[in-house]
Amino acid sequence: MSILIDQHKRVLVQGITGREGRARTALMREYGTQVVAGCTPGKGGQQVQGVPVFNTVADAARDLGVVDISVVFVPAAGVKDAAIEAIEAGVGLLVLVPDRVPVWDTIEIAAAAKDNGASFVGPNTLGVLSPGKAVVGMIGGRAASARQWFNEPRPGRTVGIISRSGGMTSSCGYYLSRAGVGLSTLTHVGGDSLVGLRIPDVAELLEADPQTDAIVVFGEIGGSQEEHLARLMECGQITKPVIAYIGGAAATEGTRFSHAGAIIEGGRGTHAAKVKALRKAGARVVESFGDLPEATLSMLS
Amino acid sequence: MARLYEYQGKALLAEHGLEVPEGGVVSSPAEAARLAARLGGAVVLKAQAWITGRAAKGGVKFASSPEEAQRAAADLIRLRFGNFPVTEVLLERAVVIAHELFVSVIIDDQARAPVLLLDARGGSDIEERAGSIRRIPIDPRRGIDGDRVRQVIGDSPIDRAVHQKIARAVETVIEMAALYELTSIEVNPLVVTAGGGVVAVDCRMTVDDYAVFRHPALGIEIARELDHPATELERIAYRLEQADHRGTFYFARLTTAAAPDSRGLIGFHGAGGGGSMMSMDAVARVGFTPANFCDTSGNPSAAKVYRAARVILAQGGLVGYFGSGSGVASQEQHHSAYGLAKAFCELSLAIPAVIRLGGNGEDRAVEILEDACRGLPGRVEGYRKDDTPAFIADRFAELVQGADGATWTPRARSVPAYVGRSYRFPIKGGMVWIDHERCDRPTTAFVIEHASALLRAEDGLPVLGVSDAEVAAKDSELLALEVDCRRADRPVVFVDLAIPGLD
Repeated sequence: MSILIDQHKRVLVQGITGREGRARTALMREYGTQVVAGCTPGKGGQQVQGVPVFNTVADAARDLGVVDISVVFVPAAGVKDAAIEAIEAGVGLLVLVPDRVPVWDTIEIAAAAKDNGASFVGPNTLGVLSPGKAVVGMIGGRAASARQWFNEPRPGRTVGIISRSGGMTSSCGYYLSRAGVGLSTLTHVGGDSLVGLRIPDVAELLEADPQTDAIVVFGEIGGSQEEHLARLMECGQITKPVIAYIGGAAATEGTRFSHAGAIIEGGRGTHAAKVKALRKAGARVVESFGDLPEATLSMLS
Repeated sequence: MARLYEYQGKALLAEHGLEVPEGGVVSSPAEAARLAARLGGAVVLKAQAWITGRAAKGGVKFASSPEEAQRAAADLIRLRFGNFPVTEVLLERAVVIAHELFVSVIIDDQARAPVLLLDARGGSDIEERAGSIRRIPIDPRRGIDGDRVRQVIGDSPIDRAVHQKIARAVETVIEMAALYELTSIEVNPLVVTAGGGVVAVDCRMTVDDYAVFRHPALGIEIARELDHPATELERIAYRLEQADHRGTFYFARLTTAAAPDSRGLIGFHGAGGGGSMMSMDAVARVGFTPANFCDTSGNPSAAKVYRAARVILAQGGLVGYFGSGSGVASQEQHHSAYGLAKAFCELSLAIPAVIRLGGNGEDRAVEILEDACRGLPGRVEGYRKDDTPAFIADRFAELVQGADGATWTPRARSVPAYVGRSYRFPIKGGMVWIDHERCDRPTTAFVIEHASALLRAEDGLPVLGVSDAEVAAKDSELLALEVDCRRADRPVVFVDLAIPGLD
């Protein structure tokens, strides 16, 4: 079935006339995503690859009817305003791609989302991809690569991937596909410490998706997402098999490993604690990333 | 995150109406004696360092005379906490404590909102009292429920006469968090003095890295949390990152010496946070010690990757250079290949390098890298997405073994003789030089063909063919041109991307 996105959802691109916006619009359209509009203040009336551009999200929604998803490609300092504009115009799901969004901006976005019943993925996300259906963001880079790398769902052996790393979202998808596994949806939750849909939230969506047989997680040091997932497993809200790899075993307290969210602080968010919590809850946690496909196949059977 | 020292945090609190002890920062025993004399009476001296449990580690001393203050300062300035030497000491009038509270605001990643942690029984053993801390959510739009705050204060044995002052102090702490975009602020203890005052006796603040640009008044030089004072190389790397936001460049030194049982120190170059961590795990598992962590990702320019490689190779004692990301990159990989090739050639790399370039355009990227580096003393190999991290880590170990203990000595880049004399034009961050003297017709044709339509022929020589503004941001295309020219044995183009501090 896929979660979050599919070929029917109507997608708007904020920042469509910029370099990133244009390149990713091409990728998304070529892959099968229904990109219905773009938005760049001052460029209303133009077209990008045949997609009509509007000045505001509200204009687009008024003109075209429903906009289900907005994907944002604007500079970091402009993400908050763009996101809140979309939320207030009634968009239910946002995908926030830019890196370096200030965390207090994300807090405001989260508050607006909560008040309006909306959700968001990211910030600092490579996006979401449902094989055979749609991609929102930039996973795969080229439509042809995305088609080649990621298998469509296969009955009885389909996984949903949730990753805290962008590149590793593709990597997990690729190696699992080579091993014969099908994929329902790949979601990069984003590299920041504060994000919208977190690992446990996406896991709950995959749990409810009849096409997903198991959940694969690429986790990292820092934050509490993996521990929270373990709690959901322990209290029976996640019953499907969970297979995980946690990056950052070499990390020590206080040093950040690139992602704003990948830092151990005050003894919390350590590699060891995450691995322990997940294993205790019944997840299969692999030590070496190369073992992921085999571990997944074995948990699927 | 960028951490502020106690005295910096206290200065901000005082600006916003929260009382702090009277005092000042000193950096010598003589200064300490003078300040203690001016304040008169009992004083406390506190080492300024980013650690917890400072008192238990000898970082806090009391003095009741200027002479004692002088000795105490001397002791503190000799201390090191982990990798941080103490250079500054905060000297304050000692406060007579009637009661202590713990007040902190952090960001709850599950609630996606700030949260107040408040304990009206406070003190520095807060970890032990974890059970009595109250967590009160802060609604980003509506603020905190003042009644709940007053209830927590009211539940304590503190004199009712100061409850209002305490509530106001708590409000100030919350305001500070939002105002300065702090990822955390901790006032522990917030003290009720014998005289009924409310004073912040300690203060720890951490500012969000990504918000530092909006708060120049905070004077934060490097918005990074490192477990050691920034090295010169890290400062250089940080300045490079700030100058170019096309993609990420994150660099942190880890160690300068390999463990005794290690196979050796290596330069590590990751691509993508997660891929980097995974690759570091892989190369550590075969026994190597990364000298540094580095991540260039988010579709970085060739120039950014080049500069990253230069920074990594400014470290001595390396037995090899290991580069690997997620292996299945969505970005086009040839930019990274060009950037690495330029750096390796300029420095005449003499240690083995294994680079996993898997992802879009991997075949082209591997070809570029291996072809450009084929004459170098060190063997350079490129790998694709079907080559697993474990496989390339093993291959890397094999190559290092075969290199018989050769280690890397940082050196100046080699710059062609014509640089400084020949035809040139500027680009952002550097200068492009073209050796017209060696441009015969076939060479000119070759250069123009590979110049991404940026050059044209004039009198049979390649010159800039577009406006200055148009070529300014084309450093990656011109870097690729330089490498392609060198590969074709026509080394007539040089892109000077000098790195302040290294060159």
